[in-house]
Amino acid sequence: MLTENYNRTRPIQRRAATEGNGPRRERKKVASAPLDGSVNGTTGGATPSPDIAPETQWMLAVRDQRDKAAFAQLFDHFAPRLKGFAIRSGSAPAQAEEIVQDVMLTVWRKSDQFDPHRAQVSAWIYQITRNRQIDLHRKLGRPVPEELKEDPGSEPDASQILAVQQETSKLKDALSRLSPNQREVIEKAYLGELSHQDISDNTGLPLGTIKSRIRLGLERLRHDLKGMR
Amino acid sequence: MRAITHHTPDALLAAYAAGTLSPAFSLVVATHISICAECRAALEGHHAVGGALLDGSDTATLSQALKSDILAMLDDPAPAAAATPLAARKGEGIYPGPVMEALKGKKPRWRSLGLGLKQAILSDDEYGSVRLLHIPAGQAVPDHGHNGMELTLVLQGSFSDETGQFARGDLEVADEDLDHTPVADGGAPCICLAATDAPLRFHSFMPRLFQPFFRI
Repeated sequence: MLTENYNRTRPIQRRAATEGNGPRRERKKVASAPLDGSVNGTTGGATPSPDIAPETQWMLAVRDQRDKAAFAQLFDHFAPRLKGFAIRSGSAPAQAEEIVQDVMLTVWRKSDQFDPHRAQVSAWIYQITRNRQIDLHRKLGRPVPEELKEDPGSEPDASQILAVQQETSKLKDALSRLSPNQREVIEKAYLGELSHQDISDNTGLPLGTIKSRIRLGLERLRHDLKGMR
Repeated sequence: MRAITHHTPDALLAAYAAGTLSPAFSLVVATHISICAECRAALEGHHAVGGALLDGSDTATLSQALKSDILAMLDDPAPAAAATPLAARKGEGIYPGPVMEALKGKKPRWRSLGLGLKQAILSDDEYGSVRLLHIPAGQAVPDHGHNGMELTLVLQGSFSDETGQFARGDLEVADEDLDHTPVADGGAPCICLAATDAPLRFHSFMPRLFQPFFRI
């Protein structure tokens, strides 16, 4: 019981320490939300460490146990943000809900492609969202890279999952320290409002904030690639 | 095999992640990422930035029925005509997955351009053009400038020009300022994936066959 309480409260304490205020108050829900079968009694899947973010735990429960309750949690967290995000990138409200529906169903159906060692749930969902929004504007989708599969049977590596999480939280800190102007440019870029040329010309665009994250991802990829070849 | 030394520039990766890159350039970038761990990691970094922005995004109120509707759909079979897949098919031989996808799993349909040069056009429309080029060892591609930007990704062999040597996995980004004469190095024929953002404009006085070398 003690450990269970620890499980539930610890991630939130960490967040409070690393993230300041911002629109994350809703996460308090997490504390009372049952992590149920999704976390305990996993079958050969993830045995998440207590520090692993609730979204990641829900996503792993969806991926490994097809856990609908965990999916509902993901929905409650991401769907209102996705709708806001889609509206900001120029979709009408009705279309934005279509995007939310498509993206959330893709999260459910393609959950096997989620790899917590390389990406946080938010990054993975961002990728799906952009694909979907491009599909709506063009007949042809965008070409996508070949998939890099995890080694079959490889055990989840909690320390790597946590490392990705920590890097992401550093990234969020860096983003929150941007000047309003810089923040606006970077939002425009990632909402798909700037062309490649615009991004190239915008020397003030703080692409450097992602460098540490890149290095981390790189080590993991080298490891995965070695397994492949 | 030597390490890839010419990578996808950050601005191109960010535009690709955000979905603002043209389909022709996106194909080249997706192909490069398929064989370059460094750029794949960089792309994931861009997704992380997008994800952080999404996570911090203002929320919008959802229609009441949306959640229950979606939960009710979880057991439906996935629609046959799925949207953009998250990953391309497997690569074959020298052709990474995205190229195989563009070839629809078939072999390239090479067309001779004379002098042993061959091309196989993958797409050519208002968004730009992308093609495979086959250059025999030692052969030069006629001197050409650029109208807009050209991306050239080496899939086999290598070529050299005024800016350096490019081998498998290397991506050359050429713009209006670059006037170059790529020459395929010795050994295997050089096979490249090349894309331009401007549609090809054919000039009546120029043989259609050779036009690509002046406009790509």
